[in-house]
Amino acid sequence: MNTTTAPEQAPPTRPDSVLSAAGTTALARLEAEAIHIIREVVAEFDRPAMLFSGGKDSVVMLHLAAKAFWPGKIPFPVVHIDTGHNFPEVLEFRDRTVERLGLRLVVGSVQELIDSGELQERADGTRNPLQTVPLLRTIAENRFDAVFGGARRDEDRARAKERILSLRDEFGQWDPRSQRPELWNLYNGRHKPGQHVRAFPISNWTELDVWRYIAYENIELPPLYYAHEREVFHRDGMIRAVGPFSQPAPDEPTEVLQVRYRTVGDMSCTGAVLSNAVNNDLVLREVAEATVTERGATRADDRLSEAAMEDRKKDGYF
Amino acid sequence: MTTAPAETAAPSGTLFRLATAGSVDDGKSTLVGRLLHDAQAILSDQLAAVARTSAERGFGEAFDADDQPLDLALLTDGLRSEREQGITIDVAYRYFATDKRSFVLADCPGHVQYTRNTVTGTSTADAVVLLVDVRNGVVEQTRRHLAVATLLRVEHIIVAVNKIDAVDYSEAAFRAVEEDIQRVARELWAQNSGDAAVTAPIVVPVSALRGDNVVNVSERTRWYSGEALLPILEQLPDADAEHRRQEPLRLPVQTVIRPQGGLAPDADPDSFTDFRGYAGQIAAGTLRPGDRVRIQPGHHTAEVTAVRRTDLQRDLVPGEAALAGESVVVELSENYDVARGSLLSAVESAAQERDELTVRLAWLHEKPLTPGARVLFKHGTATVKALVTEISDRLDLTTLTAQPAAQLNLNDIGTATVKLAAALPVDDYAASKRTGASLLIDPADGNTLAAGLISLPQATDDAETETDEDWLSS
Repeated sequence: MNTTTAPEQAPPTRPDSVLSAAGTTALARLEAEAIHIIREVVAEFDRPAMLFSGGKDSVVMLHLAAKAFWPGKIPFPVVHIDTGHNFPEVLEFRDRTVERLGLRLVVGSVQELIDSGELQERADGTRNPLQTVPLLRTIAENRFDAVFGGARRDEDRARAKERILSLRDEFGQWDPRSQRPELWNLYNGRHKPGQHVRAFPISNWTELDVWRYIAYENIELPPLYYAHEREVFHRDGMIRAVGPFSQPAPDEPTEVLQVRYRTVGDMSCTGAVLSNAVNNDLVLREVAEATVTERGATRADDRLSEAAMEDRKKDGYF
Repeated sequence: MTTAPAETAAPSGTLFRLATAGSVDDGKSTLVGRLLHDAQAILSDQLAAVARTSAERGFGEAFDADDQPLDLALLTDGLRSEREQGITIDVAYRYFATDKRSFVLADCPGHVQYTRNTVTGTSTADAVVLLVDVRNGVVEQTRRHLAVATLLRVEHIIVAVNKIDAVDYSEAAFRAVEEDIQRVARELWAQNSGDAAVTAPIVVPVSALRGDNVVNVSERTRWYSGEALLPILEQLPDADAEHRRQEPLRLPVQTVIRPQGGLAPDADPDSFTDFRGYAGQIAAGTLRPGDRVRIQPGHHTAEVTAVRRTDLQRDLVPGEAALAGESVVVELSENYDVARGSLLSAVESAAQERDELTVRLAWLHEKPLTPGARVLFKHGTATVKALVTEISDRLDLTTLTAQPAAQLNLNDIGTATVKLAAALPVDDYAASKRTGASLLIDPADGNTLAAGLISLPQATDDAETETDEDWLSS
């Protein structure tokens, strides 16, 4: 695969242009809120775990968890649901981060369930929707009673309806019509055996907040979040990487373009955007000026229908 | 307890939480859509999706400057059943920013059936925007939403009198509704110990559909001397944050951090062998190294030896204070049984420790509340068993008076007496929101039953009540 001329990690300068004092204060509030939520869940649950894909939102969430318990170490394992079609540089980043923080990594595998016949490959080749079964199985097998996710309410209109603490029934299902009231910052995590709770500490962060925080805290991300040259082809209006799980059809010519990723999911459904943003400062400018949402720009799985995310969430998706 | 001197106060008001509510068909979703649209918070793919669906459904009214028919309600009604029924069921959180402020907008449902979701969205709001259809005036849902906002003591209430275009921008029609709103608000504040300095609602004539007085003052309402909605929202003082800093210190301990659980890889083991840190978010007041705090429940005091900030201004210089709202880790000179559920308080104005409380309740469950109910009482970082011994009244939304009641039903607001299994350090909700707030939880299935606002009239001797002691002590 003809992939990365990895960009230099962004220099540790703080881009004051986008990080005004006002923006920093809003960010400080979001950080304090997220840390409060993470500590509440760890204090009230027996077996919490945190989803960690190596994507920017989960990287930020893990960074917040490290702060929440410092100088103690993060007191729970991290979970990755591996589609088998992940970007190799993201998996490398995942493993390096887990190693650096001394954490236990639990991997749920889509590929294993396909191999055993319990899951079937979809006709469109997209594996993101297939993650629900291994996710629920991993939660059940490890008896996790609380699972942190990096979902944000600004990502999607079904997610906009999500509570900070969200109860899932024995089948992992989300029932958006009967969510518990959630008052002040008093999070009620009571649940019956077999149920579990999803906790979303960065619910109130926007894509721009996430990038501001990455820049301010100088948090390392997988290199594909920054502009790099990559061999790509065009499909359904999206720029797709050429790779082992993402092959162009004969009528889809390839070319080398300077791109970056706004979201990182399965290689078979995540698109890149044309970009010159090689560091955090430039990414921040780009995000601030974006005219298309991150999922609209880069996620084939959310284009399936008007309620694609809602349907996946009801079944127990992230 | 010293209050925050101005020079240490971080700039505030940059993240403003807003809730919107109205009754069905008041045009609330359209107003929210208008705010987002005109604040340029809607990106092109979202707008394209709305345009496509609007066209499919034959939404006929021209909306934007290009005369494109858009049903902006589609932007916030995110669930399939909401779009199918054309109503908002649950709170939708939306985010937008102007040059002056970042907003978190909780768009709440109007239908009475979903009032508990409205209470959810309102509980964290700095300001609530209520929608009233100028042709209908104040209806029962308006009273209900005003009652919730006053009960929860939302700092700013703004009433957008919508569809002013439908009455030909009539000042008389607006003034009649405005007067009604102010009267209802006055009566409700009287119900909620209105001695507190309370601002009357700000009432604005708007047309969400046409954009009048939403972002810019309209030429068509020259009789209106106030500002448009968005500039009002940008300028409202961040009163909650300011109040919290002036209040005496309250720091509920969430968890104890000790090296026995394993040290972070970047923490020097030699520096932390005997480390014992108390982690929590400062609910009220300020905290400096050297402060003495009281450890509640109980009378022990200790000196704060270190305050470790986690936020972005983490380099705490000597004399500088951590402020209400910050998540911190505190070290103390003495460690008298400090654990999750403990409250660190200002020594000279500590919280009151009570095992019997009068609580104003917003009842949020289909199952009615009757005296004798066994519940869990969640307050700060503590949860204790509790018995509801008495229901003293229920707010009648028609007369706006408290009436005697034998039970509280879904969406009722009332007052109850609660006996706790253990004394908790509490504040009056009007004096300190975070440590005056509580949840009532069903011990059987874990559901949240009610929002409880603690009312501490004055210090009196705790009268023993006859209760089921087995429940409280088990």
